[in-house]
Amino acid sequence: MTESPILDRRRLLAASGAGLAAAALPAAPLAQALKPATLLNVSYDPTRELYKEINAAYIDYWKGKTGQVLTINQSHGGSGAQSRAVIDGLQADVVTLALAADIDEIANRAKLLPANWQSRLPNNSTPYTSTIVFLVRKGNPWKIRDWGDLIKPGVGVITPNPKTSGGARWAYLAAYAYGLKSGGGDAGAQAYMTKLYKNVPVLDTGARGATTTFAQRKIGDVLLSWENEAYLTIDEFGPNFEIVYPSQSILAEPPVALVDKNVDRHKTRVQAEGYLNFLYSPRAQEIVAKHHFRPRNPEIAAKYAVAFKQLPLVTIDQAFGGWKKAQATHFADGGVFDRIYKP
Amino acid sequence: MTDRAAAATVVRPVTDAWPRRTRLVEHSILPGLGLSLGVTLVYLGVIVIIPLTMLALRPWELGLDGVVRTLTSPRVAAALRVSFGVSLAAALTNAPLGLLIAWTLTRYDFPGRRLMDAFVDLPFALPTAVAGIALTTIYAPAGPLGALAAKIGLKTAYSPLGIFIALTFIGLPFVVRSIQPVLQDLDRDVEEAAQTLGANDLQRIALVVIPALAPALLSGVSLAFARAVGEYGSVIFIAGNMPLKTEIAPLLIVIKLEQYDYAGAAAIGLAMLAISFGALAGMNAVQIFLARRGRA
Repeated sequence: MTESPILDRRRLLAASGAGLAAAALPAAPLAQALKPATLLNVSYDPTRELYKEINAAYIDYWKGKTGQVLTINQSHGGSGAQSRAVIDGLQADVVTLALAADIDEIANRAKLLPANWQSRLPNNSTPYTSTIVFLVRKGNPWKIRDWGDLIKPGVGVITPNPKTSGGARWAYLAAYAYGLKSGGGDAGAQAYMTKLYKNVPVLDTGARGATTTFAQRKIGDVLLSWENEAYLTIDEFGPNFEIVYPSQSILAEPPVALVDKNVDRHKTRVQAEGYLNFLYSPRAQEIVAKHHFRPRNPEIAAKYAVAFKQLPLVTIDQAFGGWKKAQATHFADGGVFDRIYKP
Repeated sequence: MTDRAAAATVVRPVTDAWPRRTRLVEHSILPGLGLSLGVTLVYLGVIVIIPLTMLALRPWELGLDGVVRTLTSPRVAAALRVSFGVSLAAALTNAPLGLLIAWTLTRYDFPGRRLMDAFVDLPFALPTAVAGIALTTIYAPAGPLGALAAKIGLKTAYSPLGIFIALTFIGLPFVVRSIQPVLQDLDRDVEEAAQTLGANDLQRIALVVIPALAPALLSGVSLAFARAVGEYGSVIFIAGNMPLKTEIAPLLIVIKLEQYDYAGAAAIGLAMLAISFGALAGMNAVQIFLARRGRA
């Protein structure tokens, strides 16, 4: 980005008098005209801790760069519900959701950002990735090593409802990809999925709820979990749990996007674009790795390589032909997931 | 007061019934009808009627057969059965127990009575999600009561019984608080008269107290039922949410919304509204009947 549009923006900001009451302006001479601004990041469930730290770092970075004081508000919830909130008018400057399909809906239904949003930032607009792993109880009493072990009779599998949880959709697709690999094509995979969901005693509505069911209510023997959420559970509950990496999983790409119509209304485009670019910076990538999301930056990724076990990860484009197709085939009304629960 | 009533009769002779009907709104001698009726209509319109009209209009973009197909699909039908069935069971359970609690709190005095009286309101005050999480913690197999129930082979949380527990919890105050004021105002003289006329305890309760309380009890039960049908927050944590078994209709609405199926969600909402409205109207009719009989 060149310097002039930023300067223009500053003048515009100063002229419009947008933002909050101009208390405590920074002393930097260039920034004297800058009023504090506010950004809203609408995100999904397991990123609370991550963005808390990233926001603090960005506020610091932005103040150092421009002198402007930023306030960044976070909103968290199920990815689909958050997407619907933005469609219905929640004034998000940026969205950082669990899957591309949810941002596609914002582009399609509310036209708040262009349909090609995912090509505007590097790496499919996903500054970090994650995957689905198994969390088992200490000692792994059921000897769960791979996806095939989940359909043993008697094993309790905890995973949220893929209709209401983004993480559960990734877990579902990871399991389905395994089902496809073990032969029998779609029919074989669907037979596997039916057996798998027979072993699910509780369908929570979100990833956090499922973690609570597994860790605190002590229901089930294995939790299909976001990798970062699994580490978080271990951090929280200590040695009662173990992480098991299956033979393969899925490359979960939680994308980020600028909500154009909202930032133009708030006159926060520069700050919001800066925020999204900052996510790719080494400083933010370090924070990403620290919170057990897989960084995109090759150097940071190499630095934390030991923390992230390498395993074959299928991508949604390869295995399922992209989100649109996966959504329609598996999660729409009457789709494959619904057929599992036919009476 | 008698003067005013007399004046009213003079102003509006009963014999002259026909002209009275020619005006759309009957004028009362009390001033302020225009203003209060206006506020009533606007308020009801904005708060109740317009949103419900939108709800009633939305499903039809699916077409009639689309609505029918949505409502008769096995999962929706099962969810409606669970929601209404368990709500009814919970409301009916709260009827005798709520009556007993109201009776104890009004008729007896004992240390801690006021405190217990305050406890009754807690389900009102507690955010429903908090109630749901608390109940799940206690009734899950790892929780104290859940472990106890598991010992006798009962599955509480993550079963229809769990939904029943949550709905009983949120419904109880409606029943108790509906009965209490009536019970307080109930003339003790009547009961004493019954006793002097030779009625035993059971007869006094069955023939004197219960009939007097019946309208209030019924209204409390209807309120508890209506509230339970729409309850989401407290149920979602304890239900287990298994399709066809413990999936409640409000959750299915959320799931439909999650798929951007606004019309399908509205169809379930409208069906719930219609069933609830029918049930409440039926209970109201019984209540009016009871009240008339009570007066006669």
